[in-house]
Amino acid sequence: MNRLLLNKIVITLSTLAALMGISFLLWILVTLSIRGYHSIDWHIFTTDLVNNGLRNVIIGQFILAGIATVIGVPVGMMAGIYLREYGINSKFAMIVRNLSDVMMSAPSIVIGIFVYGIFVVPFGGFNGWAGVIALAILMIPIVVSTTDSMLSLVPQELREAGIALGASKAQVIYKIVLSAAKIGLITGVLLAFARVIGETAPLLFTSANNNFFSFGLSNQYPSLTVSIYHLALFPSQTSQNLAWAGSAILTLLVLFINLITRFIFKPRKQK
Amino acid sequence: MKLAIQTKDFSFTYPKTKEATLKGINIPIYANKVTALIGPSGCGKSTLLRSCNRIHDVYPGNSYDGEILLYDNNGEKAENILQYKKENDLINLRQRIGMIFQKPTPFPMSIKDNITYGLKLSGIKNKTELLDRTEIALKGAALWEEVKDRLNNSAMGLSGGQQQRLCIARAVALKPQVLLFDEPTSALDPISTASIEALISELKNELTVLIVTHNMQQASRISDYTGFMYLGDLVEYDVTETIFLNPKEKKTEDYITGRFG
Ligand SMILES: Nc1ncnc2c1ncn2[C@@H]1O[C@H](COP(=O)(O)OP(=O)(O)OP(=O)(O)O)[C@@H](O)[C@H]1O
Ligand SMILES: [Mg+2]
Repeated sequence: MNRLLLNKIVITLSTLAALMGISFLLWILVTLSIRGYHSIDWHIFTTDLVNNGLRNVIIGQFILAGIATVIGVPVGMMAGIYLREYGINSKFAMIVRNLSDVMMSAPSIVIGIFVYGIFVVPFGGFNGWAGVIALAILMIPIVVSTTDSMLSLVPQELREAGIALGASKAQVIYKIVLSAAKIGLITGVLLAFARVIGETAPLLFTSANNNFFSFGLSNQYPSLTVSIYHLALFPSQTSQNLAWAGSAILTLLVLFINLITRFIFKPRKQK
Repeated sequence: MKLAIQTKDFSFTYPKTKEATLKGINIPIYANKVTALIGPSGCGKSTLLRSCNRIHDVYPGNSYDGEILLYDNNGEKAENILQYKKENDLINLRQRIGMIFQKPTPFPMSIKDNITYGLKLSGIKNKTELLDRTEIALKGAALWEEVKDRLNNSAMGLSGGQQQRLCIARAVALKPQVLLFDEPTSALDPISTASIEALISELKNELTVLIVTHNMQQASRISDYTGFMYLGDLVEYDVTETIFLNPKEKKTEDYITGRFG
C-alpha cells in the first residue's frame, strides 16, 4: 500500500516536472512564432541590416559557423580518432579526454574573452576570423567527444577482421571503422554545428557586428545572434520587431538542424 | 605428411598477468588437414589460435616465447613468425594466414567490396581480375548463387550464416595457406552450421584449417587431428578418432565424455 502510494507520488511529481519543462518550451516557441510571424516579411531576407533587413547577418552567421565547422570538424575528429584508436588507455589520452570534457562545459563567454585577448587585441580590432576561431574552439570538444564515443561503439572484432585480412591499422581506421561509425559521426557534426550557429557570447567581442554585407573576415563581421542582441537593446519598435524576427528564424534553424539529426540517426531497420 | 605450422615450446603471456596463459605448447598442424582445438572455457584455445596470425599484436604488451614455424607450400622451409617485427612482415603473414571470427564481421560496405577489399590491399588493381576472383571466392564459399544478383547491396543485409560465409569467402579470396576459425558456428543456426562445416571440409583441398570449437560432434565430424587443451597446456594431441575413441589421458577422456568442462 505504502509502496503504491509512493509510486503514485513519484509519478505525479515527475509528470508535473516534465509538463513544466515542456510548457516553458512551448511558451517560448509560441511567443516567438507570434511575434516573429508579425515581424517577418520578405523584405527581411532581401535587405541588409542597414536597411532594417537581416540578409547580411543571416548569411554572415552561416559563413562564420561554416568556416568554424571546416576548421573544427577535422581537428576534433582527428583528436577523437587519436583518443579512441591510438591513445586509448595512455595517460596522455586520459588527460586530453578530460580536458576536452572540461572545455565542453566552459562558458562560451570565457572562450569569447580568451579569443578577444589572443586574436582581437593584437590585431587591432574586431574581426571575422576571431569569431570563426572562437566558434571552432567551442566546436572542437563537442566533435572530439562524439567521435570518441561513436568509435567506441564499433565492435573490436571489426578492427581485428580488417587487420586479419592484411590491412594496416590506418587502413582499418579510415576504410572500415569510420564508415561503420559514419552515421554517428555525421550526427555529431550536425549537433556541433547546431550548437555554434546559435552562439552569441563568443562572437560579441570577436567578430562584433557589421551593418553591411561582407565577405571580408578581417574586419568586423555580421552575425544574426549579435544583431539580435543589439537590436533587442535598442529602444525602437522597428529594431525590436527585427530582433523578434531574427530570434524566430534562429530558433527555426536550430530546430530544423536538430530534426534532421534525429532523422538521420534514427536506427534503420535491417533488411 | 607436409607440415603447415609447428609450434615449439610456445608460451604466451598477456600483459599484466603473472603466469603464462600458454605454457610450452608443441603442436604440429598438417597441411591440407583440419586440426581442431578443444578444451574447457578459458584453457587458451583462442589465445593459441590468435598467436598464429599475430593478431594479438593489435594490443600492446603481450609476450611470446618459443617458436611458431610457418612452412612454405612444400612443407620444407619454415620461418619463425614470432620473429616478425615490421608491420609489413605481419601484413604478409596475415595474407598467408586468414582468420574467421565467432561473430560474423562483414565490413560496412557492399558484398563485392567486402571481397575486393583484401584483394586490393594485396596489390591487385585489375578490374576484371578483381571481379573474377570475387566470383571464385563466393562460389568457393557456397554463397554465389544467393548473392550474385545483389553484389552491390550492403553486406549488412545478409543473414548471419550468409555473413559468415561472406567472411570465409573474403579470407579465401586471398588464397591463404592456412585459415584459422574461432568457434565459427557458435552464433549460427543448425542449417547454417551444417553449410559452414561442409565448406570447411571442402576447403582443405586447397588449404590448411585450424579450428577452435566447443562442439564435440563438430570436432569429430570435420577434423582429422584434435588437440585437447587444459589450463594453458596441450594435454593430448592425436588423430581425431583416437582422441575421441581411445584417449590416452584421463583428463581428455573426462572432458570428452562430459564429466567436466
Ligand atoms: N586480453 C587478455 N588479457 C588477459 N588475460 C586474458 C586476455 N584474454 C584472455 N585472457 C585469459 O587467458 C586465458 C585463455 O583465454 P582464451 O580466450 O584463450 O580461452 P579459450 O580457451 O578460447 O576460452 P573460450 O572457450 O571461453 O573461448 C583465460 O584465462 C582468459 O581469462
Ligand atoms: Mg575462445
